Amino acid sequence: MNTAPEREDVIKESSMIKQKEMITRNYDLLTSTAETGKKVAATYVPGNLNELIMCFDMLNNLPEINAIQNGMRKKSGALIQDAEKMGHSEDVCTYVKADIGHMAKGSIAPNGKPMPPPDLLLLSYTGCFTFMKWFELLRDQYGCRTTMLHVPYEGDGVITANMRDYVVKQLKEEVIPALEEVSGVKFDIDRLRQNLKNSAKAEDDFVWVLESAKNKPSPIDAYFGGVYYVGPIFTAFRGTTDAIDYYRILRGEIEQRIKEGKGPITPEGEMTQEKYRLVVEGPPNWTSFRDFWKMFYDEGAVVVSSTYTKVGGVYDYDGFRHDPDRPLESLADYCLGCYTNRNLPMRVDMIEKAMEDYQADGFLINSIKSCNSFSAGQLMIMREIEQRTGKPAAFIETDLVDPRYFSPANIKNRLESYFQMIDQKRQGGSPMKAA
Amino acid sequence: MKTTAEIIEHCQYLAEDLDFTSARDWKAADPSRRVVGYMPVYVPRELIHAAGMLPLGILGGGDNMEVIHGDAYYQSYICRIPRSTIELAVTKRLDFVDGMLFPSICDVIRNLSGMWKLLLPDVYVRYFDVPQNFKSNIGGTYYAQELRELKAGLEGISGQPISDEAIRRSIAVYNENRKLVNAVYDLRARSPWLAPSWEVYLLMRAGMVLPVEDHSQLMTDYLAAVEKEDRPVKDNCRVILQGSFCEQPPLNLIKSIELAGCYIVDDDYMLITRWLLDDVPTDGDPIENLAECFINHSTETAAKYEPDGKRKGQYLIHMAKDRAAEGVIFAAPSFCDPALLDRPMLAGALERAGIPYISFKYAENSGQMQPIREQAGTFADTIKLWSEAS
Repeated sequence: MNTAPEREDVIKESSMIKQKEMITRNYDLLTSTAETGKKVAATYVPGNLNELIMCFDMLNNLPEINAIQNGMRKKSGALIQDAEKMGHSEDVCTYVKADIGHMAKGSIAPNGKPMPPPDLLLLSYTGCFTFMKWFELLRDQYGCRTTMLHVPYEGDGVITANMRDYVVKQLKEEVIPALEEVSGVKFDIDRLRQNLKNSAKAEDDFVWVLESAKNKPSPIDAYFGGVYYVGPIFTAFRGTTDAIDYYRILRGEIEQRIKEGKGPITPEGEMTQEKYRLVVEGPPNWTSFRDFWKMFYDEGAVVVSSTYTKVGGVYDYDGFRHDPDRPLESLADYCLGCYTNRNLPMRVDMIEKAMEDYQADGFLINSIKSCNSFSAGQLMIMREIEQRTGKPAAFIETDLVDPRYFSPANIKNRLESYFQMIDQKRQGGSPMKAA
Repeated sequence: MKTTAEIIEHCQYLAEDLDFTSARDWKAADPSRRVVGYMPVYVPRELIHAAGMLPLGILGGGDNMEVIHGDAYYQSYICRIPRSTIELAVTKRLDFVDGMLFPSICDVIRNLSGMWKLLLPDVYVRYFDVPQNFKSNIGGTYYAQELRELKAGLEGISGQPISDEAIRRSIAVYNENRKLVNAVYDLRARSPWLAPSWEVYLLMRAGMVLPVEDHSQLMTDYLAAVEKEDRPVKDNCRVILQGSFCEQPPLNLIKSIELAGCYIVDDDYMLITRWLLDDVPTDGDPIENLAECFINHSTETAAKYEPDGKRKGQYLIHMAKDRAAEGVIFAAPSFCDPALLDRPMLAGALERAGIPYISFKYAENSGQMQPIREQAGTFADTIKLWSEAS
């Protein structure tokens, strides 16, 4: 997400500078709790309850983001191998192993200071079975207070009253009491309402940003650029005025780019020619993030919509907004509606709609070895999308933060063949088979 | 009276019959009959039974089925059970199944529920979510409502209401079945030379495809027949097998562990048969009773959250003590998230308790048993030669 290491040649816009300041400040807050006495809740991106956590003056630390940080800084490979030496299977999620390896090395934050152990493990079990085991593993290491928010899966593609009631009840009777106890701060629902109001404001602008990719050329890349855009809203800033400001600034920049007919900004400058508009399913690879992105922008390929930008909350597809008038119910609906908590037929419908709404030329799946929540069933998703849209689809395989599973030559070859397939399709070539 | 060999031969036929002939025959006997399939690890079969339907356990394709279509649905890094299950569907071996339940066990089986919906739109499909909050007024309330929704779904298949009285009767039938399952497990733990694990495995596996009443009779017959067997006691070590609760190992793997000098005195095969630890009451609200039993009296396994960190892995230590086991073998399917993520925590608990263990992985179609035999044999030798008890 919003975690790329800095390089001098990267073009910086005001929104990027703003986000960097927010992240730096957040890491400084996280690594100075010994002095400030602030309490820390470790929690996950999907189903995170940032608005609620802030009601208790607590900070939020996200293990996946730490794994991503280490992935982008080329540190995760060694950390994963350390965890495997400690007995963790080579078959399981590399976020988990990078996190466990990171702990074993002292949990050093990007600012070079050690992160404090969490005061509370807030397990939001949303859309991913591994989360549940991951927190048991963390609890085994930290031995700290743990509270669980179990979010049922939308197996039939709907949020039932029973699901919502169950989540709300857990919030009332498990999560809020645990936060009160650990923080020593009494819950104030009006404070939560205000945070949710802030979230909704930022979400409006965030959705506008995502939908700006309907323009031709698209002013944004909704996958590689998208991971930066989701940063504040997926992590420690949803519900803050900082997030409102960030998305306002970002929106202004994109409005300007649309006026000027400009394409997305890449690490090597503005993309001048949009040759291929793609919808992408699955998380990116973090260990070779820029090399991976380059394979796209070198070919003039822009991602106009991605499912990864919905993993920490779906705001565009069915118009969900955090709602101060239904504070706990709204938090429940947010958790229930995260992308990987929706069943496969829904995911197919969402992708199909994106293909149409964003006038995509093709559909690409980046299948992640580590992430069964995303990956199991993706070949069927691909087939369904091909059949429904008639557009060519392709499938590549990488991993989140394990560099052993990123094979640049193979991926580049596959992508180049895929772009040729799209060209052929445009010229009225024979029906496509997945690359 | 049937002999042990005759009973086990029948069970083996049932386990290897990928056309599910016995279930097809059961259904064909009456046009109103319906069959509802389920995958590991737990569904409340009592409700299916109360609807007059046959609950049918689908445990993949095993090592006798060539997977051709199924591999086209999955990447290489995903376990084998979903691909062989898809193969069963695509090759019409499950075309007589009227509904499919996909329990909450992992993301792969969860997503398979959606694939089933896309693949077989006319079949009733339910992802059967269970609570990970184990308080009666929170998780229990949620679960009772999920059971009611499942009941309504089953009623939709048959077109007939399911009465509370029918559920109570089914609860009693499954209570009886569970008693017999426990009796077989207790016998094996007491006298493992009398009831070898590969036989016990097949006996339990038969319960996945037979009507519960027939399975109970089969176990009754086995318990009687096995007492008449004159089987030699071997100088084997006693082990618990863990991690095989979903994708099943080839039968040869179980035989290999036994041949290597291990008596398996407990395991987590077909966990559904022993999921509930107590009888479910047969009076009062049957749905509430099933929910309460799930919340407060169900087994511990990797697919469940353990709310109390101090208790993590303790069930395994207690099991080792109760069964007088000398070691634990973690045998998990490749790429099995629940088993493999849980293993380091369980292994840590065993280490702290001084219980030796080994780990290996398998797939349902693993063919090479020699490495497993060698590993299990070395483990058995180590226990026999070097443990404090030896």
